[in-house]
Amino acid sequence: MAQVTPTDGRPATSKEVGRRARVAPRVASLPPSGIREFFDLVQTMDDVISLGVGEPDFRTPWHVCDEIIDSLERGRTAYTSNQGIIELRTAISGYLQRLYGVEYDPNSEVLVTNGVSEGIDIAMRATLCPGDSVLVPEPCFVSYSACAWLAGGEAIPVPTRIENGFRLRREDLEAAVRPNTRSLMLGYPSNPTGAVMTRAEMGEVAQFVLDHDLLVYSDEIYDRLVYDGHQHVCFATLPGMRERTILLNGFSKAFAMTGLRVGYTCAPADLTEAMCRIHQYAAMCCSTSSQIGAAEALAHGEGEVQRMVADYDQRRRLLVGALKDMGLDCFEPQGAFYTFPSIRSTGLTSREFASRLLEEERVAVVPGTAFGPCGEGHVRACYATSRENLRLAVDRIRRFIDRLH
Amino acid sequence: MADRANLKVDIARILEADCRLSPDEIGRMLAVPADVVAREIAEMEASGAIVRYSARINWDKLDGPERVFAFIGVQATPEREVGFDGIARRLVHFPEVHSLYLISGAQDFDVVLQGSSMRDIAHFVARRLAVIPGVRSTATQFVLQTYKRDGDVLMDAEKPDRLSVTP
Repeated sequence: MAQVTPTDGRPATSKEVGRRARVAPRVASLPPSGIREFFDLVQTMDDVISLGVGEPDFRTPWHVCDEIIDSLERGRTAYTSNQGIIELRTAISGYLQRLYGVEYDPNSEVLVTNGVSEGIDIAMRATLCPGDSVLVPEPCFVSYSACAWLAGGEAIPVPTRIENGFRLRREDLEAAVRPNTRSLMLGYPSNPTGAVMTRAEMGEVAQFVLDHDLLVYSDEIYDRLVYDGHQHVCFATLPGMRERTILLNGFSKAFAMTGLRVGYTCAPADLTEAMCRIHQYAAMCCSTSSQIGAAEALAHGEGEVQRMVADYDQRRRLLVGALKDMGLDCFEPQGAFYTFPSIRSTGLTSREFASRLLEEERVAVVPGTAFGPCGEGHVRACYATSRENLRLAVDRIRRFIDRLH
Repeated sequence: MADRANLKVDIARILEADCRLSPDEIGRMLAVPADVVAREIAEMEASGAIVRYSARINWDKLDGPERVFAFIGVQATPEREVGFDGIARRLVHFPEVHSLYLISGAQDFDVVLQGSSMRDIAHFVARRLAVIPGVRSTATQFVLQTYKRDGDVLMDAEKPDRLSVTP
């Protein structure tokens, strides 16, 4: 997303009724999502092979659905506590402890949210003051800058580049930080690049956070989707970071539960209490059925997670290998389920490439600029689709590129 | 790089899901050279680990000749020295015998028969199966509808909707 900056306070899109603008200037000045724009274009076409999705192609594991169906039959459809059912919060706490050795008190430090998206929103609203800025490494998930803006803050993009493996470097952070910087948004493994960070690299970031007295929002929704033996680094496990970090995670990606909308935040009690204060008024609680499904996923879903990760890994190698064979400069993604090849050699912009590929070959990829201006020269292609689709898409992309040369 | 010790298992899993994949594609998926994959496949073929390559067909979708399946529970008396294997040997080569299992419980064998009609199967049970020395009883259950076979769901189900572009 482009850096969000205020307009002159008089957005062109809002109509006036009486003497006042109907839409708040801060909302009206949000740029439209590049994803949404492209989605609208794709919707007008038939027979499109889409590598443009941001969700698993696996169905939600049936034992999770079965548990939800059972809960509905038993009539478990009432509100839950604002924080979420204690069984789920306890399970989340145990899960993180087992995976990363980090401990959160399920009574006061875990909050169940409507996906990580709500978690990002309430984390920023709970911690930002008007005029604060947030460092946002780009290219990145489309919500970070928008949520910072809606929370009254301002996003400062920190570009990451293919030549550095899309990793965040301390010098880039130092170049971007301002006196009013309050926090840092992290999203590793990365959507859209698939980049991961090592413990040593994260240690540098942690030192920067300490030196500048920042808070961290760490979106770790792709933590389980890592490959080539990479170990995900839970940012809160770095020295001094647990007290400064709002850990954001959920069930959408690893457990293939996107539409069920279950996420969670883990943070020190004062921050959790502040986020829960917003959540209780704005959302009340996460869907009861979905919370029950999430608890089941944690209790019995590990085998399914590992099966899905192994399958993504094979498809990742197929797609990355094929893109490299075409002569595209394709960074080796080690996490999430995206590739982010450079299409500079074609001489097209990201948007031109994606639009023409869609129109001429009916393959949807997302222009890199949807994830920030530094995504120019790249497109995001998701390999969470069937091998048959990948094979077809690769053939069509190859044909398209051959025509360009 | 795939764990060398499990390479055969990894390759077999991939082929079991889609036997049309080439050694080159499988090699890419497992980060192993294609010639290594080809050699592993050849070894599995030679050892009988890979029995054959085939497609799974939902015959209900084709206007071909009718196929009828039945499960036959067989009680039998084991023979000295060969146990139940003697009876199994008599049965396995009949083309009508689709699958044959020695099972625990009240029955000794579960024989899956396939034929072109219920009459075909009834004849086979009466003329070939029940008369084998050592077979004490048979209980025939005809398949009325196949919902899932070998891990594949054969019911028509709505494909879950996915948006074509999402963040």
